[in-house]
Amino acid sequence: MALDKSEVEKIAQLARLHVSDSEADEVASRISEILALIDKMQAVDTQNVEPLSHPLDSVQRLRPDEVNETDRRDELQENSPNTEAGLYLVPKVID
Amino acid sequence: MTWETVIGLEVHVQLSTKSKLFSGTSTQFGAEPNTQANIYDLALPGTLPVLNEKALEMAVRFGLAIGAQIGKRSVFDRKNYFYPDLPKGYQVSQLDFPIVGKGSLTITLDDGIEKVIGVTRAHMEEDAGKSLHDEFQGNSAIDLNRAGTPLLEIVSEPDLRTATEAVAYLKKLHSIIRYLDISDGNMAQGSMRCDANVSIRKQGDTELGTRTEIKNINSFRFVEKAINYEVMRQREVLEDGGRIVQETRLYDSDKNETRTMRSKEVANDYRYFPEPDLLPVVIDDAYITALEKTLPELPDQKSQRFVTDYDLSHYDAGVLVSNREMAEFYEQVVEICADPKLSANWVTGELLGLLNKNNREFSDSPISAKRLGALISRIKDGTISGKIAKTVFAAMTEDSSNVDQIIESRGLKQVTDSGEIEQLIEEVIANNPDQVQQYRGGKEQVFAFLIGQAMRLSKGKANPAQVNTLLREKLK
Amino acid sequence: MIGKSITELSKALAAREISSVELTQAYLKRINEVDESLNSFITVCEDQALAQAKAADTKLAAGEANSLCGIPMAHKDIFCTKGITTTCGSRMLSNFVSPYDATVVEKFKAAGAVTLGKTNMDEFAMGSSNETSYFGPVNNPWDITRVPGGSSGGSATAVAADLCAMATGTDTGGSIRQPASFCGVTGFKPSYGRVSRWGMIAFASSLDQAGPICKSAEDAAMMLNVMAGLDIKDSTSIDLAVPDYRATLNDSLDGLRIGIPRQHFAEGLKAEVEQAVREALSEYEKLGATLVDIDLPNNHLSVSAYYVVAPAEASANLSRYDGVRYGYRCDNPVDLEDMYKRTRSEGFGDEVKRRILVGTYALSAGYYDAYYLKAQRIRRLIKQDFLDAFKDVDVIVGPTSPHTAFLLGAKTDPVAMYLEDIYTIAVNLAGLPGVSIPAGISDDLPIGLQIVAGDFAEAKLLNVAHQFQLHTDWHTRKPNLSGPGFAAPSSKEVEG
Repeated sequence: MALDKSEVEKIAQLARLHVSDSEADEVASRISEILALIDKMQAVDTQNVEPLSHPLDSVQRLRPDEVNETDRRDELQENSPNTEAGLYLVPKVID
Repeated sequence: MTWETVIGLEVHVQLSTKSKLFSGTSTQFGAEPNTQANIYDLALPGTLPVLNEKALEMAVRFGLAIGAQIGKRSVFDRKNYFYPDLPKGYQVSQLDFPIVGKGSLTITLDDGIEKVIGVTRAHMEEDAGKSLHDEFQGNSAIDLNRAGTPLLEIVSEPDLRTATEAVAYLKKLHSIIRYLDISDGNMAQGSMRCDANVSIRKQGDTELGTRTEIKNINSFRFVEKAINYEVMRQREVLEDGGRIVQETRLYDSDKNETRTMRSKEVANDYRYFPEPDLLPVVIDDAYITALEKTLPELPDQKSQRFVTDYDLSHYDAGVLVSNREMAEFYEQVVEICADPKLSANWVTGELLGLLNKNNREFSDSPISAKRLGALISRIKDGTISGKIAKTVFAAMTEDSSNVDQIIESRGLKQVTDSGEIEQLIEEVIANNPDQVQQYRGGKEQVFAFLIGQAMRLSKGKANPAQVNTLLREKLK
Repeated sequence: MIGKSITELSKALAAREISSVELTQAYLKRINEVDESLNSFITVCEDQALAQAKAADTKLAAGEANSLCGIPMAHKDIFCTKGITTTCGSRMLSNFVSPYDATVVEKFKAAGAVTLGKTNMDEFAMGSSNETSYFGPVNNPWDITRVPGGSSGGSATAVAADLCAMATGTDTGGSIRQPASFCGVTGFKPSYGRVSRWGMIAFASSLDQAGPICKSAEDAAMMLNVMAGLDIKDSTSIDLAVPDYRATLNDSLDGLRIGIPRQHFAEGLKAEVEQAVREALSEYEKLGATLVDIDLPNNHLSVSAYYVVAPAEASANLSRYDGVRYGYRCDNPVDLEDMYKRTRSEGFGDEVKRRILVGTYALSAGYYDAYYLKAQRIRRLIKQDFLDAFKDVDVIVGPTSPHTAFLLGAKTDPVAMYLEDIYTIAVNLAGLPGVSIPAGISDDLPIGLQIVAGDFAEAKLLNVAHQFQLHTDWHTRKPNLSGPGFAAPSSKEVEG
């Protein structure tokens, strides 16, 4: 499965990555190579095979509904890029 | 051209657990920004989710309350999109294997007719944080206190046909979740949120029309207005020969209109896949049976019981059970005064009016069930009349003494002594010779005036029935 | 003392022949002298290390210590360490000081180990050569023009060059075993779920596992005793008792059935590697083992399946790096979209971006079934192959890598790089435990032997590895650090 430039742009947008015009062709071809590798999977019939999403044949543990956290805001915001009055600031979102 | 409206509702209910869905951070409302956001909630590298057992219980109990299939093996999935109030860049939700499957609930329309509305599914997911857009010059500000709070997303079948039905469904849903005590269900505060999917089609068509999703509706009243506006808008578009665009629209309550959301994601591809940091949630029959036992009597059952046991009308029963606290309050009152009908009138009338006016709940009513029961008992045993009882009631809102003390101290006892009443009537007759003559002359209406005079003279305390009888006799 | 195994150091410390402070100082000095040529450390924590060493000495003096008390170690920079920069080899986290410790880190702290620093790694653990790090490539101590392997290249190098007594690594597709193989050290990947992932920066959640990199199976057993165990903060952590992995190291191998996968001895395997592996197998026969030919028929699909599952999970795991709450943020973003795109494009290196794109694509509308779901089905086939094999054999043995360490910059083609992990990847897909131990040297470059066992058979694996090391000395060989490119050794010969 080969990828063209416009598809790369679409995926890049979904992933919030910037792929410049000059890069796009190379990125497209690199990814196409990887997709060629991946496509080898199609040679095998897996119709009746259950997907294995976890190596563990286990079930989810439950946690008691208890509060065990304290306010660590100042500490956790020490290295934040942009905060004010305890809030995280980002360039304005237009809704 | 007759159009049929088709409505489906997606309701997000914030579950009232103490801690968040996947972390042990508090969910308490109203905290300073980001003081309830731990390293998992902030999506710091290396953090992992662990499921809150109470959230699971609440979801299952809801499923049981609507007679739904319970997902014995449910799976969490990642729903991927970018937004600053979504710290991980994905929301942990449930797609193909939700905790609750198909169920239903019954709504009662104004004419008393019952309609069954299907619920397609309900699933658990994390809430996002909050964004403030207007206070930081060119910046949006993000508060992640709410991020990670457990939500139950409840999706109805597109079985609703009018805005009124939609509101009835929402109110029923609200009452169920309040009965189960799994959420505050407060639309204004955001613990219950409603999105409406609205489409119209020609009457008789079986295919659904293109639907729009309406967001930002935060009260029952606005649900009705928003839907009605949207239906009208769609009708106009179609009747003009246009087509409905499938899109998300925002309801503006100030202007009472819906409009296209500017930040509409261009065909957002959520790329769902099973959450690899969580394992499948597996519950067995024993777990479900145990939870079933914890279900309270639900609104429908209670309503039926009130009709049967207390001989109330479906309407009255419906009003009483719409609020669990009110229903319980009511039964306490009945237990004391043994008069279900009077109790129903007083609870849904005077008391409810009082509470609404002062924004109080039944749990902090200034007049307890005990005192109200006592008041009604005094009406029943004739100590006071129904009319005077209102005066006593008003006094009770400020005076916390018991009913008898209040009646006594304000001299409100009903006058039932026939001698006293006779005296009253003689006085009225003596003071109103013209009207007496008119009555004796055949003018029936004057009788009411004379009764009124007698009541006034007795400062409302005379037993009206006795006054009536005696006056008739005396005027013969 | 530098260069001794944990076992030996532990004895020396207990006998007070040397103090932890002295040992730590010696390692710090060596790092200072040698690491410039290797670049195996991103952060060295001198003050903290000495403070920890002091505390360890107090415990040792009081006779309270356990076997790892006072031992200087390094953590792969993928483990969150409280108060210490945790970069994951990326510009995205180059200024990230973690406010908490990973469970693995906590456990070693509780055991009294001394953290010398954080080791270099492929960015976000994506790589097989440690060439994608924002902090520059790591050089193989056996030949500094060559790669050490990846993604735990820094840890493997640090152990091989005696810059620490032991180190932690992580393995998602071979990232502990392959660098161990290239650097001539022992690298152990436990079963998935055996070691907590709390605080271990996620790459591919259903594949990642933390493990020891050290000098011997015996050392690995000591480290695993500390690392393994249930952690309720990690939902994928298994609730299984942790045996004393040292207790069974000396079990006899008489009757051991060793499976030799046909697929691991096919084309692409270099002759010298094959020879070393076959000699190792003969050694095992001498110890009483029987060699059995087995088939892992779906092995050829493992790289394909892996390069769907891992990038897909990673594409979501890395979405949190958005410049909002921590980490890198681009300068002067024009609007939100610009902030996201530039932050992520500037913060991530090319390989990371490539994998995010592949993963995003594999999950996107219309492709989920053909890629992600398909890969998970193949995963089950691969696991089944192993389960079938283990009905007949106790362990599976083969080469860790098709060849020895290649030259820096030699593999520019991503796909060629991906095929480096051809023998190791299936083990991660199946969630099984695997180890790489030194089994030969060719042209002065180490050759690794991979041993794989069934679910939660770490004890058996360590036993089988240990017995080999009792009867051979490949694991005691050291790189010559006086070759060209190294700083001149100090005049006083380091006590060895």
